[in-house]
Amino acid sequence: METLKIIGALVTLIGSLFILLAAVGLLRMPDIYNRIQAGTKASTLGSILTLLGIGLYHPEWLLKIGLLIIFILISNPVSSHVLGRAAHFAGIPLTKKTHIDQLRQDKEKNSGKNQIES
Amino acid sequence: MADTILQIAMGIIGLSFLLVTVRFILGNTVVDRVVALDILTISSIGLIALLAHYFGRGIYIDVSIVYAILSFIGVIIIAKHLEKSL
Repeated sequence: METLKIIGALVTLIGSLFILLAAVGLLRMPDIYNRIQAGTKASTLGSILTLLGIGLYHPEWLLKIGLLIIFILISNPVSSHVLGRAAHFAGIPLTKKTHIDQLRQDKEKNSGKNQIES
Repeated sequence: MADTILQIAMGIIGLSFLLVTVRFILGNTVVDRVVALDILTISSIGLIALLAHYFGRGIYIDVSIVYAILSFIGVIIIAKHLEKSL
């Protein structure tokens, strides 16, 4: 029983380190798309590990914590994708180091096709 | 032993709150601030779970479930507003 508590506390510590990594990535990345990439992925893993550690420490809360983990796994990638798409369509510029922008290429190709048809 | 490790984890999450708040204040665009708010809520879900352990009350886990749902809906609505499709 004591071993399970120590394992849960260590998993929580690893999760909080991932949340710190997300914060550092949010502070240091050059543009908004890199910040979305670094921040949401690391914070998803960090919060899941933190909740899992608390669930291992208190096994009687494990049902509600499992529900919360499933909800975070579904909702957090969706919200980061929607934010990145909104930023691109709102015209926020990419950093100078970007080489490939497939969404803009696709839009330009489609608009050229429409001009030929009309 | 285990309680000490959990208190260190709470301290680390508090430090990451400070770093994200710096980005929230500096942030060049609106989307920067929305992403910072998203990460603040996601990491405060973990902090609420740690507080539930600290005070010994399982009802705080329910609070964090409601907080996760509200954060998701808020981010989706702001993104749809920025995309001018709302």
